[in-house]
Amino acid sequence: MIASETASSEDLPHGMPYHRDTRHDPPAALMALQDQPLRRMRYYPDDVEGWLVTGHALARQVLADPRFLTGERFVRSPTDLPHFFVSSSEHVPPGFFFFKDPPEHTRLRRKVTGVFTLKRMRDLEPRIADIVDDRIAAMKDAGSGADLFQEFALPVPSLVICEMLGVPYADRDHFQRTSSAIFDQAMPIEQRNEATGELFGYVHGLVPAKRARPGDDLLSTLAADDDLTDDEVAGIGMILLLGGHETTAHMFGLGTLALLEHPDQLARLRSEPELMTGAVEELLRFLTVAHAGMMRIVKEDAEIDGRILRAGEYVTVAPHAVNRDPAYFDRPDELDLGRNSQGHMAFGHGIHQCIGQQLARVEMRIGFARLLEAFPGLRLAVPADQVPLRTDMFIYGVGALPVAW
Amino acid sequence: MRIAADRERCTSSGMCALTAPELFDQDDEDGRVVVLDDAPLGADTGDAAAAIELCPSGALTAVDEHQD
Repeated sequence: MIASETASSEDLPHGMPYHRDTRHDPPAALMALQDQPLRRMRYYPDDVEGWLVTGHALARQVLADPRFLTGERFVRSPTDLPHFFVSSSEHVPPGFFFFKDPPEHTRLRRKVTGVFTLKRMRDLEPRIADIVDDRIAAMKDAGSGADLFQEFALPVPSLVICEMLGVPYADRDHFQRTSSAIFDQAMPIEQRNEATGELFGYVHGLVPAKRARPGDDLLSTLAADDDLTDDEVAGIGMILLLGGHETTAHMFGLGTLALLEHPDQLARLRSEPELMTGAVEELLRFLTVAHAGMMRIVKEDAEIDGRILRAGEYVTVAPHAVNRDPAYFDRPDELDLGRNSQGHMAFGHGIHQCIGQQLARVEMRIGFARLLEAFPGLRLAVPADQVPLRTDMFIYGVGALPVAW
Repeated sequence: MRIAADRERCTSSGMCALTAPELFDQDDEDGRVVVLDDAPLGADTGDAAAAIELCPSGALTAVDEHQD
């Protein structure tokens, strides 16, 4: 028999806590909810009850279950900040496959999966290394005290995704501004919606020229595909441009901060560079910058862990809590660059798992390795507690990272 | 053990080829799984199990082989 889900509803947590107590750990108030890895909570703005998942095993189960959808229009948020899903799904561009369900999702996503394979990423390595080296040179030109976020963390992934897509990097002021606005949950939702329209319009505007004079880039390939409309090409391009931007950028920013604040781990990585592949996974697990919650809407009543999740209810997976689940990871709150972090959910799970994850891995592996090599005396130029942090962004990270060497 | 791959479910994450490159690859067309060796032996069985576990779409399964 299934217990009533309304018995003690007045005690329900109101949303998913997001105020951080420390720079690198998920909110203590969120971790305190992990005693029930699947639990009821109230959603914003209308207090309607839904679900929160903080346990690893249940997160895997929910994210892989085809009864939990993203192709619906999201109007509720797990926090008092309007979620990226809310601002974006209001105006879902055609082709924006993250907000589609199969079979439409499958058709669109398979148009681009061929360029994100491990083989293609290996081919890109020398080019990524060149871009990384250029940005290291720019940091050196800026001199000790430079902002690592602006000089290195943001431009490296931005340059790489621009080259892959065939988006002119010279337009970066426009698309870096719009993509950061779209992910800024503290910004009024009207402005974020406007930014979504602007970025969509920008990519859309590139399509005719890509068709007329195709280059060796992904937008040209998509523009030449008779099965895709211009709107779909623009939506696909937009999701990749957005996803390629701030995610890896914040892993570089926050990851560097975490390394500098764990000098024993940093020293170990410097003396054992072969640890880098695993170290990247551990940084992904430990920091889990995609911290705003992975939301789904229940399509049909589903029994999970003995509870009934009703059609139409919202479910949010908190990946940063999941990645600290002591039932899955030993000593989850320790950054241990030598551990096996396999199974972390920094990229999600299920059919919407990050399409660019292999690109992100290569960027981080090369980026962190060359950064440490170029700056053997790398250190913070300000006290760690003065590094500005953004908890109200869809992607968690630093606002700036002044460093010296 | 024997590995079965469902290419209709595959989402081309590359997790299998990353985890067990001696057993899995991705095709050039859309990155979906290509099984190089569906009957791993010895140490490779551990990699196979990890790849199955890490597959985000549930496209990989271990098939029990009944010996008679």
